[in-house]
Amino acid sequence: MNKILYSIVIKEFKHIFRDSQTLVIVLLMPLVMLFLFGYAITLEMRNIDIAVIDYSKTPQSRRFIENILATDFFKVKHTDISLNRVEQLFFERKAICAAVIPGDFAKNLYKNKRANIQLIIDASDPNAANYIKNYFNQISMMYNSEINLQFGRLFSVEPRIFYNPDLKSDYFFVPGLIAVIVLLISALLTSIAIVREKETGSIEQILVSPVKPVQIIIGKVIPYTVLAFAISVSILLFGYFWFNVPLEGSILLLLGSLILYIVTGLSLGLIVSTVTDSQQVAMMATLLLTILPTIMLSGFIFPVKSMPTVFQYVSLIIPATHFLEIIRGIMLKGNTFFDLKIQLGYLAAISILLIALSVKKFSTKLE
Amino acid sequence: MTKTNDMNPVVIKNLKKSYENIEAVNGVSFEVYPEEIFGLIGPDGAGKTTLMRILVSLIDSDEGDVFFKGKSVKENVKFVRSKIGYMPQRFSLYPDLTVNENLRFFGDLFKVPAEEQADRMRKLYEFSKLEPFRNRRADALSGGMKQKLALSSMLMHQPEVIVLDEPTFGVDPVSRSEFWDILKKLRDNGTSILVSTAYMDEAGLCDRVALMFGGKILAQGKPGQLLKNFEESLYLIETDRVYETFKKLENLKIFSEFNLFGDGIHIVDNENRGEQEIIHLLNKNSVDYKSVVSIEACLEDLFLKLIPESDD
Repeated sequence: MNKILYSIVIKEFKHIFRDSQTLVIVLLMPLVMLFLFGYAITLEMRNIDIAVIDYSKTPQSRRFIENILATDFFKVKHTDISLNRVEQLFFERKAICAAVIPGDFAKNLYKNKRANIQLIIDASDPNAANYIKNYFNQISMMYNSEINLQFGRLFSVEPRIFYNPDLKSDYFFVPGLIAVIVLLISALLTSIAIVREKETGSIEQILVSPVKPVQIIIGKVIPYTVLAFAISVSILLFGYFWFNVPLEGSILLLLGSLILYIVTGLSLGLIVSTVTDSQQVAMMATLLLTILPTIMLSGFIFPVKSMPTVFQYVSLIIPATHFLEIIRGIMLKGNTFFDLKIQLGYLAAISILLIALSVKKFSTKLE
Repeated sequence: MTKTNDMNPVVIKNLKKSYENIEAVNGVSFEVYPEEIFGLIGPDGAGKTTLMRILVSLIDSDEGDVFFKGKSVKENVKFVRSKIGYMPQRFSLYPDLTVNENLRFFGDLFKVPAEEQADRMRKLYEFSKLEPFRNRRADALSGGMKQKLALSSMLMHQPEVIVLDEPTFGVDPVSRSEFWDILKKLRDNGTSILVSTAYMDEAGLCDRVALMFGGKILAQGKPGQLLKNFEESLYLIETDRVYETFKKLENLKIFSEFNLFGDGIHIVDNENRGEQEIIHLLNKNSVDYKSVVSIEACLEDLFLKLIPESDD
């Protein structure tokens, strides 16, 4: 019994290591994704091209412009242009917002104690427009308190940010990436590995032997569990040492839930492999079932709470939804097992259901 | 020839299996005797593969009984799978494993102890002549070598009964005859063999054959014996333009049965005309031919004669 299992595991490892193309992709992809998300993709905005139209041309207005320049949010691209040119700049993508300081700015500031500055924003990207509005508001608030010392601010909100005080998006993405990549490897590679035996016909030869279906399945699953575990640990290490993502909670709890999540991914792959006969179909089905919902609906990028109610229910059956809460909880908040028992329970339930289904569906006959 | 049914390694009784509205196997009965090569001869789609898959327990039959070593296959799936040797039609070993690794893997699957495996492999290398290629990946082998490797793999557990589905399909003539030599050696060492093929010339290499067509067995017996059923005289018309002559005969409708062969046209003399009258008829209708020779019927002639009779 154990000899057969051992033999299948060894054989499967040989398949993995001899298919060098797939192996390189599987090993490199997580690194590439990690660096993409870590550096290129960020939710913050910097270097926003702004046009400043200063009709006032007074020390006051110049001071305001300096305040804009002092942050690295904005980059003043155009000054001294006519108001009519603004739309053209938007068209040519040379600026995405424009500040207009009226001619009576300085005068109103002292006489009426109230002056206006107009901010024109290109809102073809509404998310960006929102950021620009907020940044700009902050700059003007700072300016107000600088020049209007006697008024001061009546009250201010002093935020204290927990768990990720610098609001670094790496902290958010590194755990999220593990959720995506583990699922990709465990579900996709397992389903392909099993379906390949069907496609090449070797399953026909293996079935006519004393081997039990459960040995075939476990023998296939072990190597990919090891592979997925090794890769996710290396992402963790990379995140910890390179991006300085903290690990507040227990490392044992983290590794334990990682294994549970890998099993969930494998069970997804298994169920796909029992219903498909070709590697291509298996690949498409797994991508559709795992990667797409994981990226779009699990809270990997977009918060689940802001989705329509229907999708919030859908997200409950996506393993990544629960794993993201677990891993972010452990790494950033220092959650314990008892804080996460509901999420862990969901993962376990999904795995048990899928494995039961696939064992039932795995046929030892050809039809 | 007094053999009790139960002792025979393979007994198949009135087997039926259909897919939707196609009857793949339609009432087949035969037995494989101990230590013989039993050939299942028939064209593609005759139902050979379905029948073999039922025998090795990969498919369930609709009706009829299949016994392996006296036990019902349906009720003894585990027994069948651990005792029988089965070589599927497609090459179904692992292309990225070496010859040696493939053999070891199948040895492990059948729980053959390591020392025994080494001994077994030495013998298998001896007759397959695969020894020099033991560290070569299976996908780098020639077609004939692949088939020898597949055969060797399924012999690792020394099955007493082996089932081979078109093992020589697409293999060059030299490798084919080598392969059959191996099968004969296995039989002489006590293995019972059920083998299917679409090549008629391989029927003569079997101890007994069954001609299969459209899910039915048209005839079975020793290859020489079967041909005695062919009572009509047979004439070969040699001609340079075989196809044109064949078309002309089809239009003339002077002979009730004739078939296109590689060497010419075979005419079955159902009407007992004799050579002279056939030559006379051909001349009268100005059919282009070189010579008319009386020949012995081969299995293919028998097959073609039996096929129309099987449509009821």
